[in-house]
Parts: sequence; C-alpha cells; structure tokens
Amino acid sequence: MRAEAISPRRGHDVIQLLIGGIASGCIYGLVALGFVLIYKATEGVNFAQGDMMMLGAFIALGCVNSGYLGLAFLPGVLLAAAVMGGIGYGIDRLVVRRIFGQPQFALVILTIALGFVLRFVAGTIWGYTPLVLETPYAGQAVRIGGVIIGVEDIITILVTAGLTLLLWLFFARTRIGLAAQAASQNQLAAYIVGIPVRRVNSLIWGLSGAVATVAGVLYASKGAIDPNIGLLGIKAFAAAVIGGFGSLPGALLGGILIGVVEPLAARYLPGGFSQMSPYILMLIVLVTRPAGLFSQIQAKKV
Amino acid sequence: MSLLEVEDLAVHFGGVKAVDGVSFSVREGSVFSIIGPNGAGKSTIFNLISRIYRPTRGSIRFDGRDITRLAAHEVARLGIARTFQNIELFDHSTVLDNLLMGRHVHRRSNFIQDIFFTPKVRREEHIHRTRVEEVITFLELEAYRDKMIAGLPYGVRKVVEIGRALALGPRLILLDEPASGLSVEESREVAFWIEDMRRDMGLTVLMVEHDMSLVAQVSDHVLAVAEGRMLAQGSAAGVQADPDVRAAYLGTEAA
Repeated sequence: MRAEAISPRRGHDVIQLLIGGIASGCIYGLVALGFVLIYKATEGVNFAQGDMMMLGAFIALGCVNSGYLGLAFLPGVLLAAAVMGGIGYGIDRLVVRRIFGQPQFALVILTIALGFVLRFVAGTIWGYTPLVLETPYAGQAVRIGGVIIGVEDIITILVTAGLTLLLWLFFARTRIGLAAQAASQNQLAAYIVGIPVRRVNSLIWGLSGAVATVAGVLYASKGAIDPNIGLLGIKAFAAAVIGGFGSLPGALLGGILIGVVEPLAARYLPGGFSQMSPYILMLIVLVTRPAGLFSQIQAKKV
Repeated sequence: MSLLEVEDLAVHFGGVKAVDGVSFSVREGSVFSIIGPNGAGKSTIFNLISRIYRPTRGSIRFDGRDITRLAAHEVARLGIARTFQNIELFDHSTVLDNLLMGRHVHRRSNFIQDIFFTPKVRREEHIHRTRVEEVITFLELEAYRDKMIAGLPYGVRKVVEIGRALALGPRLILLDEPASGLSVEESREVAFWIEDMRRDMGLTVLMVEHDMSLVAQVSDHVLAVAEGRMLAQGSAAGVQADPDVRAAYLGTEAA
C-alpha cells in the first residue's frame, strides 16, 4: 500500500530530473553546436567556444541589467547576439585568418589563448564576483500534473529546438549555408564555383558567436555567471565528440545525453560519478564508436 | 576576337620560375590546347588564370577586362569555369548536388527568401535544376544522379567535374588533362564533348592535355611550353613537328 502511494511521486521525481537534465543538456548542446559549426566550415576546433558563451552571457547582462544599459529583455538579448556575432566575425577576420593554412595545432593553441583573453576581458569589465542576469521569468515554475517545471527549463528547451531548426534551414536551404557546406568539403572546388571561402568562414564564426550568446543567456537564466563559466566548454566538447563532431543534430543529442546522465548519476551513483559521467560517456563512445554516435561519414575505402 | 589574352605571365616560387614570360591569346569559340612535358608549368598557367596563384609579373585579360588582381571566387562570376587534374569535387555530396553547386554564382535570392522557400526561390530553383538536367543529359550522367561522389569510379568523377563546370554556364572552360586516366573509349567521348561544347554551346575551350591524338583531333591552336617558357605555337601538326618541342619531349625522356 505504501509503495503505491510513493511510486507516482517517485515517477514525478524522475521526470523532473529528466526535464532539468534535458534543459542543461540543451545548453551543452548549443555550445557543442558552436564547436561543430566552426569545425564543419573550417575543419578547425575553436577551444574558446565556452568562453564565447561566457562573453555572450556577460554582453547580454550588460544590455539587459538595470545597472547597465537596461534594455528590455528580448531586444537586449538580440542586440547581445548581434554584438557577439560581430565579435566572432572579427576574431576570424583579424586573428584566425592570419594562420590560414597553418597546421591544426596552431589553431588549437591560438583558440586556447583566445579563451584566456576573453576571460580576462570579461573579468576586467564585469569583475569576478558572480552576477545574475535579470530575466523576466526568473524563479517562476509551472505545475503540470504534479510535476513542477521551472519556466527557464521550458524556455531553454523551446529556444534550443527553435534555434536548431533555424540552423538546419540555414544549412539546407540558404545560399550562404550551402556555400559553407561546400567550402567545408573542398575549399579549392568552392573557390572555382565562386564561393568566397574566407568570407564564408568569417560568417560562420559570427554565427557561432551568436549561437554561443543564446547558450550563455540560457545558462545565465539558471544561475549566476562569472568569467570562469566558460569551462563548461570542456563538457560541451565531450558532447560534440559523442555526437561525432561533424553533425549538428549529433552535437545537440550528445549535449542532451550528457545533461541527462549527470543528474541521474548524481542521484543513483556514489558521489563524484556525476562530475565524471560526461567524460566516462565520451570514453565509452570513443572506444565503441570512434566516429561518434551520429557520424554520417563512412570510412574512406582505399 | 580574342576572349582571353595572357601577356608576359610569370610566377616564381622562391627561386623556381614555374612560369616565365608566357603570352598567348585565345580566340572566342576556339579550342586552344597547351602541351608540354611534366612540370612544364601547364597547370600553373591554369592556376594563374583561375586566380589560385598570384602572378609575379604579367597580365591576364578576359573579354577585354583585366582580371590579374581578381580574387579566386570572382572569376566564376565572369564566366570562367574549370576542372582540375586531380579532380576537386564535393566528395560527400551527390552528383546532382555537385552540379547544382556549380550554379552558385547564379543564385540571386537572399537569406530570408531562401528560408521560407518563396515563389521567387522556387522559380529560380526550377531554372537551376533545368540547366543541370541538360548537363546531365549531355554528359549521360543519368544513372549517377543521386550517387555520392566518394563511391564513384575515377572516370565518372572526371565527367562530373566537367559537368559542374558546364552547369556554371561559362563562356570559357579550362580543362586540366580531361583525358588522363581514361580508357580509349572514354577519351574518345571526351573529344566528342569538346567538339559539342564549341559547336553547340558556343564555348571557348582552353585545355591542358598529354594525349596528342586528342589534342590533334579537337584543337584549333596549340601552344607548347617547357620549363615555364614558350616553345612553339600554331597548328597541332606544326607544333608537333617543331624541333624545339621534339627536343623538349625527348630530352625529358632521356633524362
């Protein structure tokens, strides 16, 4: 009899855990999308992706919070995404393009250094004490059939779904999106069909800056931010690896997988496993499916 | 009237003079072939015309316009298409998508129109698809339309690359060794296509080729180069009989 009374509540518990997990997974997924965007277009990995998310969150805070610009929430966030898009474009145009054609690790070192610079810039402007982004939906929750869900979780999931659809449309249908896909497959061929490869690369960096900002705002709506939140990028990197690194939906699903596994591990496994779980998951995927769970690229036959 | 005029073209890589003072002009509607031993600088001339390399000296004029300083992606818009010796295709896409990518410079729709697939985009898309289907029919690629490039045999990929160049709707097409690695029948087909490109499509063809029987069959004009310099120009038979040209070929074979 007691078991019957408890089981529905326990069911609710798990659902709540899952929804929270999916919501944080969406944020990992969006940062992972940023990794994949740049990797797909330029075959380079941007290790400053997490820090771009952090900077995006701070710029949004600067646009929205009453102590700063004090804009309305939505216009403020859109402005921040546009500014961060410009910063992403500029980073490629002024810094990354200089090492065009250099070995891969040059870009790795460059972007790691870039991450430090972004952290320092944010720390200098906004300080190192945690700040809270003023969102119109802070602390609100809805109750659906006995399950209590935070509004920020619902918004995170919806925004992520919408943004993913938009990115998919961008790559599948638009002239620039198709050009970016073509350039990622063969730069020489892209040039001779008339694609300005370098400009397309810069646009993709801009796009990934804007996506990082959305991720940053969603992250900030769940808690305080400081210049070190960009370290989340490491987890997002794991998500991108799990997804196969070349696939947009793979990155998103990799993120959600990590987001869900973390709270479940915290709940059902001994302490410490929760923090390790994203990387354990990544190792398992790397060992069993080295090309990632959602990889489309088959091994080249020689 | 000449469509392409190359004057005193030179490019040096460090101390190596890959191309050194090459001049020629290609008459509109003709087939112009460049021959020469390996390493003569033939492909380098192509890479200079399609702006992948920056010349050290000299000028390139297309249809009266100086294109020497254009960016690599800008020449396609003027109507210059090309193929590569080592086949440069979008390997993880289908034949159809590769050919459609050749239409890139003709796309006029913007971002928002693209996303909502407006009637204007639909009309445009229809035109592109029609053009591409014409190319597919011309090159007899129907059987491969939806196949991935990565899995296709060499000969077919070679033809797809010609198709992508044709899909662009160019005035000048640069073919870099179109017959290399092809069987006798396949290269005979290439000869027919080149004839058709000139006669039916009104294209001007600039070609680099080793297969002398193909060169002799289709060319109006032949230029022989060796070690980056011009050896002889004229009809195929005349150039082949030229003592300098014979020496260049025999010389490299002896060495």
